[in-house]
Amino acid sequence: MTVTDAPRIVTRRLRRPQSWTLASYLEDGGYDGLRKALSMSPEEVHDAVNVANILGRGGAGFEAGRKWGMLAKSTPVYLAINGDESEPATFKDHALIEADPHQLIEGALICAYAVRADQVFLYVRGEFPLGIERLQAALNEAYAYGAVGRDILGSGWSIDIVVHPGAGAYICGEETALLESLEGKRGYPRIKPPYFPAAVGLYGAPTIVNNVETVSNLPWVMLNGAAAFAALGEGRSKGTKVLALSGHVKRPGNYELEFAKASFRDLIYDPALGGGIREDRELKAFIPGGASSPWLGPERLDVLLANEKIAEVGTMAGSGAVTVMDEDTCVVRAAWRIVRFFHRESCGQCTPCREGGGWVEKILQRIENGQGRETDLELLLDVCDNISPGVTWPPAQTTICVLGPSIPPAPAAAITMFRDEFLIHIREGRCPFPPDRLPRSVTRV
Amino acid sequence: MARLTPHNEQRARDLIAVYPHPRSALIPLLHLLQEQDGYLSADGMEHVGELVGLEAAEVRGTASFYDMFHTEPVGKYLVAVCTNIACLLQGAYELLGHAEERLGVAPGGTTPDGLFTLEDSECLALCGNAPCLTVNWRFFGDVDRERFDEIVRRLAAGELDGEIPPHGTLARVRRTVGVPAAGASVHGAGGPDPAYVPAPPAESAEPGAPADGVADGVDLDTHATTPAVASLDGPGEPS
Repeated sequence: MTVTDAPRIVTRRLRRPQSWTLASYLEDGGYDGLRKALSMSPEEVHDAVNVANILGRGGAGFEAGRKWGMLAKSTPVYLAINGDESEPATFKDHALIEADPHQLIEGALICAYAVRADQVFLYVRGEFPLGIERLQAALNEAYAYGAVGRDILGSGWSIDIVVHPGAGAYICGEETALLESLEGKRGYPRIKPPYFPAAVGLYGAPTIVNNVETVSNLPWVMLNGAAAFAALGEGRSKGTKVLALSGHVKRPGNYELEFAKASFRDLIYDPALGGGIREDRELKAFIPGGASSPWLGPERLDVLLANEKIAEVGTMAGSGAVTVMDEDTCVVRAAWRIVRFFHRESCGQCTPCREGGGWVEKILQRIENGQGRETDLELLLDVCDNISPGVTWPPAQTTICVLGPSIPPAPAAAITMFRDEFLIHIREGRCPFPPDRLPRSVTRV
Repeated sequence: MARLTPHNEQRARDLIAVYPHPRSALIPLLHLLQEQDGYLSADGMEHVGELVGLEAAEVRGTASFYDMFHTEPVGKYLVAVCTNIACLLQGAYELLGHAEERLGVAPGGTTPDGLFTLEDSECLALCGNAPCLTVNWRFFGDVDRERFDEIVRRLAAGELDGEIPPHGTLARVRRTVGVPAAGASVHGAGGPDPAYVPAPPAESAEPGAPADGVADGVDLDTHATTPAVASLDGPGEPS
């Protein structure tokens, strides 16, 4: 058995012609998972999801069923699906929304039924207009089919779903910022506690926020049973995960793999997956779980793709975005670009994040430009320490949300793993990798 | 520029009606305003505020937080070149440098003919086809210099008008079901305003305005993003 043999739970329809239409979805058992759920009580559906042990696929990896169980006992209850996918190098939800919107709608309906929600909002990143169009078209079809709206599939249960576009803000992927945005406000993360929107969410009402991929698993779980889902993977990591592979591999793309059965080596080098490094160069480092995660080196290639296995080596599975950097990668430039992102996307509420991110970006930029100083490495780590004390993993937090603590991992990993490369930049007064300079528009501070 | 036209004001009321609280419709309404004028005018934002019960300053407070909203006019085509990590590794800055040269503007700038605004963008979530860019948020993957020039040429010649509407139009597919569906479920939250009367679906207040539902000429089969999906079974054909 090879690592690619496990069932594809959420991606199997993505390449079908017109995969986003109701006709295509119904050919493959579409909305049968919902029918199954509606034949059960909401509690039974919730129990099944607990047995399946679906970890949240958005980045934090919190059990979906456990989250649902934390709902405050009051009404109304809202469900918001987080489709604001913006973590750099993550592009799995983008594909799921555009190519299989009915699966998302069906998953959201099953979730809404289980948690007895009163209304569902599908919050989709504003930069995905094709996804928004296909999702709205699918929703119109689903209403006409009777799967959404009043008396769903003759069950007597009714619910409304609203497709809600974002407008360009990474921070709105943070669940409390998403709710603020859904209330028509600036996307400022809320002060915790309360920690969970399940207690205080949209308009102060109990609210569940689940990721697109998370709920896209639910139709399969209903149809095939929680036990079949839980039989895949190991430990806490059950089922499959869509890995978004990018960077210097021959075959970048989305690959759905069973948890804990494949390693990073399989993902990057298997001919049916990443296919190896471009031009068969050497691997320098890889980012295992999105831009917020600490990097790993080639010595970690045999770590299995499972949340707890990846956590054991001091980083995280995160959103499932794996970015590969070959031997010709300038790590100063790579770390600088990641920090630049977090600085640009900081909402500005907390000083360590708003100011610290800018300073780390500027220092990395001057090193890359050949104007760095030997003291800059300690200075960088000192600023990082002020953002996230100790610069440890998991990171300590001085800010309202985890965007701030997401700033240090890339520069800290780059300095730890490649200190000599930073020193070459500083001592030679130039970047040793081509091209020497970034476009002038970018290097202006 | 202007306040919302009567037709768009009705669309705004339809949007407001599906939410438990009017303010939740603010971002969709700002997209609608941006679709009408290409950017957010002061008069337009004031009008939107009137519709949801907010001061103009509160509307601007929300609008200014989000990168997609522009309070000054931009080009007909907003060309966003991703330079984040996955694209950086595939030569995004060389591509951006080429774009600056080809269009003759730096990021944030608009060409004198008002056709193109260039942006140095954050991750656009098409990392399997890096480097990538979007034009009015419609995707192009695996972009090299030649392909960039070809995209610009075709845009200028109007050859992509069917796929890429002018800046500001977010989604051309509209909700065809109105408040009645919501009314069944939004108990506890007060439900929709009982005095609200949804617009008849197919009626257009202005000649030439698209009917509700799928607007004319929308092709949901567009090439744009499937490469990210295609790599599931092997490398996709370059689009």
